[in-house]
Amino acid sequence: MGSRGIRIDNLSKRFGAGDTAVLALKDVNMQVAPGEVVGLIGPSGSGKSTLLKCLGAVIDPTSGRMTLDDTVIYDDGWKVRDLRALRRDRIGFVFQAPYLIPFLDATDNVALLPMLAGVPNEEARRRAGELLAALDVQHRALAMPAQLSGGEQQRVAIARGLVNRPPVILADEPTAPLDSQRAMAVIRILNDMARRFETAIIVVTHDEKIIPTFRRIYHIRDGVTHEEAGEGRSPG
Amino acid sequence: MISLAGRDILHAWGKFIFTGIGLGLLIGVTLTMAGVYRGMVDDGKVLLDNSGADLWVVQKDTLGPYAESSSIPDDLWRSIRTMPGVAQAANVTYLTMQVGKGDADVRAMVVGITAGEPGVPGWPPHLVAGRQITRGHYEAVADRATGVRLGDVLSIRRNRYVVVGLAHRMVSSSGDPMVFIPLKDAQEAQFLKDNDAILMQRRRTGANPAFNRPGVPDLLDAVIDSQTGNSYVNAVLVRIRPGFTPQEVAEPIRRWKRLTVYDRAQMEEILIGKLIATSARQIGMFLVILALVSAAIVAFIIYTLTMDKIREIAVLKLIGTRNRTIASMIIQQSLVLGVIGFVVGKITATFAAPLFPKYVLLVPIDSVVGFFAVLAICVLSSLIAIRMALAVDPAEAIG
Repeated sequence: MGSRGIRIDNLSKRFGAGDTAVLALKDVNMQVAPGEVVGLIGPSGSGKSTLLKCLGAVIDPTSGRMTLDDTVIYDDGWKVRDLRALRRDRIGFVFQAPYLIPFLDATDNVALLPMLAGVPNEEARRRAGELLAALDVQHRALAMPAQLSGGEQQRVAIARGLVNRPPVILADEPTAPLDSQRAMAVIRILNDMARRFETAIIVVTHDEKIIPTFRRIYHIRDGVTHEEAGEGRSPG
Repeated sequence: MISLAGRDILHAWGKFIFTGIGLGLLIGVTLTMAGVYRGMVDDGKVLLDNSGADLWVVQKDTLGPYAESSSIPDDLWRSIRTMPGVAQAANVTYLTMQVGKGDADVRAMVVGITAGEPGVPGWPPHLVAGRQITRGHYEAVADRATGVRLGDVLSIRRNRYVVVGLAHRMVSSSGDPMVFIPLKDAQEAQFLKDNDAILMQRRRTGANPAFNRPGVPDLLDAVIDSQTGNSYVNAVLVRIRPGFTPQEVAEPIRRWKRLTVYDRAQMEEILIGKLIATSARQIGMFLVILALVSAAIVAFIIYTLTMDKIREIAVLKLIGTRNRTIASMIIQQSLVLGVIGFVVGKITATFAAPLFPKYVLLVPIDSVVGFFAVLAICVLSSLIAIRMALAVDPAEAIG
């Protein structure tokens, strides 16, 4: 496997210093190829969120190396000057709750990211429209978030995560508020989108229903990860 | 790039409109307070304009006749009239009192004007109804603000005056409407006592052996006569000849007549700089307090609106929105709130100003200054919210 997608080598994160220091991540290794969806599971306090924040360039790791599509972005220090632009252009986020901007309609919620990157409004809206169509919510393109159902909101949030064609998407408990049927639908969409857009997707989850759908799973406990093969069941 | 502030305002327009209306009422009060001050200044200037004088000759070392009492002999005007550069000189008296109007009364400044013709200093320069005073006694010209009509009868002391003319914007420096009556009547009114007081004074004077000498029978009558009469006025109003400066005319009067003489600029300084100085400071304090209250309200509202969007701001930051875009959104919302408030405030002040009992003068420059002050206050007030928004950790979006 090459280093396209995302690759993490010996990533560590320490909070605090001296006697009170806590090592939240200990030499984590992980690799997710383009088009692959992997699960990241572990109990509360195991370091899942810390790993996600490090991958999302929201907090600084203490040491290690991260490569994104053949580009080293962290090697015992950030190699990218503008982390904000890195998050905007090369990392997609899907949250537990959709967290759509309540005063923008579905199209503009998705189009906002390319607009922030300087893409003209019309082009950004065209891209948003395509994604909404791919996610089967184009008929709700002009609806405000409050007018969308939970499942529709989550699909718009996925479209937002994909709109800048990032090499990696970090999905934090994306199925937590959904029933089994809708949770499986979201996983199916993530798998489809990963294949279609050649995107590596890391899904942090507690959800027992969706764990059997992953082909590969990273378990994390006390800041240490180990990989195992998943069942890779079809989400239906 | 879409306007995040505009979209948020359209989404929550009711919140912005109603908050803007509340803020607008406060701004309306502020503009009206400024108008009250402007009205006081204008009252002072109108008083000076309407007097028709270039110089005010008053008792030595007093700030009369408006800011302090001044008393000078009523025959002094003749010698002033002969001074170089004097075109016209006329006695005048001012007396602020309650003037009877039927069963009610009204606060007014009673002005005693010398006999003559329209154009003489002290006379009302123009009337809106009726005619000027033509008889020597018991006629009056009143400002419309007194509420009287032509033919009404006013009571001043024990005498009654028929209103023969109505004037407009003839007011004292404190905004009281003026009532013009003949000078002799006004002089009498200034010192007129009731019958019991006159009898008691006569008795007291008669009991004084210095005035009631058996060998000088007319002395007592002469003394009593001088006690009941009033041969003083408050000021002499002087109009100067063309080609003379106020200083050229005033200096000889000061020097040879041993009186105090004020020109227009000095009188404005007395009225605006001294007479209404305390009121102006009072209003200034109110304006400062109202500005602070407005700033606090805007700051609180913008802070609350931003607090309500903390999660959205965290998401915006996480997905790569620049700090300046977020700060710009908050400032724009604050400015929109200020503009709504100013428009509501301006409309409120414009419609409320005529309802005030005293003159409220809304001048355009105050509105312009007020508008920019509101914008500045809104920008400053949004700084707390901006600081809080920029401190939001994008990691909060992840949990």
